Amino acid sequence: MFFIVGLWRNEKSRQIILQIFVLLCIGWFLSWLAGNVASNFSALGKDISFDFLSIPAGYDINQYLIEYNSRDTHLRAAIVGLLNTGLVAVLGIILATVLGVSVGIIRLSNNWLASKIAYWYVEFTRNVPILLQILLWHGIIINSLPHPRSALNIGDVSFLSNRGFYIPKPILENGIELVYLFSVIAIIFAFLFYKFSKKKQELTGVQYPVLWINLSAIIILPIMGYFISGMPVSLEIPVLKGFNFVGGIHMSPELAALTFALGVYTAAFISEIVRAGILAIDKGQKEAAASIGLKPSKIMKLVVLPQARRIIIPPLTSQYLNLTKNSSLAIAIGYMDLVATLGGISLNQTGREMETMVLVMAIYLSISLSISAFMNWYNNRVKLVGR
Amino acid sequence: MKTKMILAVATAGVMFAGSALASTLDDVRARGKLNCIINTGLAGFAAPDDKGNWKGFDVDFCRAVAAATLGDASKVSYTTATGKTRFTKLAAGEGEILSRNTTWTFSRDVDLSQTFVGVSYYDGQGFMVPKKLGVKSAKELGGASVCIQTGTTTELNLAEFFAANNMKYNPVPIETNSEAQELYKAGRCDVYTTDASGLYATISSFDNPSDHMVLPEIISKEPLGPVVRHGDDQWADIVAWTLRAMLAGEELGVTSKNVKSLASKDNKNKEINRLLGKDTLQGVTKLGLSPDWAVNIISQVGNYEEVFEANLGQSTPLKIARGANQLYRDGGLYYVPPIK
Repeated sequence: MFFIVGLWRNEKSRQIILQIFVLLCIGWFLSWLAGNVASNFSALGKDISFDFLSIPAGYDINQYLIEYNSRDTHLRAAIVGLLNTGLVAVLGIILATVLGVSVGIIRLSNNWLASKIAYWYVEFTRNVPILLQILLWHGIIINSLPHPRSALNIGDVSFLSNRGFYIPKPILENGIELVYLFSVIAIIFAFLFYKFSKKKQELTGVQYPVLWINLSAIIILPIMGYFISGMPVSLEIPVLKGFNFVGGIHMSPELAALTFALGVYTAAFISEIVRAGILAIDKGQKEAAASIGLKPSKIMKLVVLPQARRIIIPPLTSQYLNLTKNSSLAIAIGYMDLVATLGGISLNQTGREMETMVLVMAIYLSISLSISAFMNWYNNRVKLVGR
Repeated sequence: MKTKMILAVATAGVMFAGSALASTLDDVRARGKLNCIINTGLAGFAAPDDKGNWKGFDVDFCRAVAAATLGDASKVSYTTATGKTRFTKLAAGEGEILSRNTTWTFSRDVDLSQTFVGVSYYDGQGFMVPKKLGVKSAKELGGASVCIQTGTTTELNLAEFFAANNMKYNPVPIETNSEAQELYKAGRCDVYTTDASGLYATISSFDNPSDHMVLPEIISKEPLGPVVRHGDDQWADIVAWTLRAMLAGEELGVTSKNVKSLASKDNKNKEINRLLGKDTLQGVTKLGLSPDWAVNIISQVGNYEEVFEANLGQSTPLKIARGANQLYRDGGLYYVPPIK
């Protein structure tokens, strides 16, 4: 007893005791919730089981990145949905980053019109709910574009219609290996040349146009390989057959609307983050860089952006996470993502709402945690290292 | 020690909460209102009229159950559900009846712990296309974009039909019937598929109904009917016999016009007497209903024929023929167990 009082009087051990107590409370609350669910389920005559994952799903999905038909299992349908979520998230993140960084820099420009346009873009998009924007983009695509039979024809190879966008699909044939080989060589060359020119600059101060030389190498070498091996790539051109276009690469209106809406919406937030990051760099840094004779573009690239990057990355991470999670709004326009497959049709066909929802949440959680982990790793790489 | 106390109290609370559950009928009577889960909007089955009151075939069935249990058909409060949310809403107790074009299947009946109490509409899945497409049969639909309501049996039928006929298609999944109409009108899909009744309802709401047609193929059996939660047999019986009373009303010639006069006199056909509470019908009190339960249903809502004709029949924009939804003696599928 005396010992316990002693522990309680000691500030350090008291804190530990309190923390253990809080932890126990939380644990008890969670187990009470789980027990409650279990007892309610048994009262309804339901059990908790994940066996449904291995039975045939029975429904079709209009966009699949891996082979899928209605005889495949619910598990495979869920993976198809997960990949669709991944696809729209990656496309959206690329669009949002490119657009967001550009708009952020444009807003800081001295051109009054450009900066005002960027300002209105940001204020409009970030203040309108994302769901409305998704519906708006989808409405624009399906109502303003023509029917496939009168699709907008771009050079007889690409078509725009309210059933989506169709572009030619490259078909790889024998001999493509040479193109791959030349690409690898080009990349290795670019890497070595970058190292070499950096060293040369450090030793002698001579600067090569590294970017241009490397870019040309990476473009020209594979093209050379392509012609040497006898042009081993043919194009599958979409053709109108019956009701719809057949062949080529198809981007459905739902995927397009979702990508545009998520990209444009998140870009508004990213542009503000970029702007804040750049403005946070002390004016003296730019003046000092200018005083040693650096050009404005070099000041931006060598002095401002590397420092701004440290400020930008943590909030940028949460924008990427937001975009990925917002992609679950796909359900509003019928894009078959994870929520629409596992959390939608599978749920409904099997009636396993608890199991499917737990799975969907666990998957979103792990996607978000992986994005965070990657961005934290990147942040650690670029952050200020104390010496 | 204290934690144990809390645990014990909490556990006891949960246990008592479990045993204190009243029957569904008692809940409805105590509340004075029946909670009914219906469609978010399907002309003829459940759709708000210009005054904002819900009207339709499924809605009338809710009113019939309210008439039987509460004596007043207007004592219903409606909750809407999409194809996806309906079973969850029923299981969560948001309504006592799910009256929403729901297909009776083995898995739904058994695996989802629900009770299908009967069939109120025999339906089948069909296809609807714009006439200008020039399609005459569902077998010509290979390669088409098909709008389809998610969370329904139609998805499975569709996949099986196209696979069986070796045709490819592009499914466009949609949440509600009204969204599907918009996409169909905008030309996002060539075909819209759902239960044939839903197709007629959809066409009737178009500006130019004659520009669209329902293809002759019916690719599935869709017995639609009301659903209740599993486990309360008394309630399931009430809902089942409400439907049968409406059908028996048609069979015996009892209509909303003549029900009051038939109920007040001794009829030659004793089954009418038993249905309308003139002669004792053994077990009505066990069901918890008053002897005039069927009188309330038929006088306030109507018999099956009246409800069908008022909501779906030839006098409505839907103009659905009775077809399989006739009594057995007229060539349909309804064969009502005797009221005795």
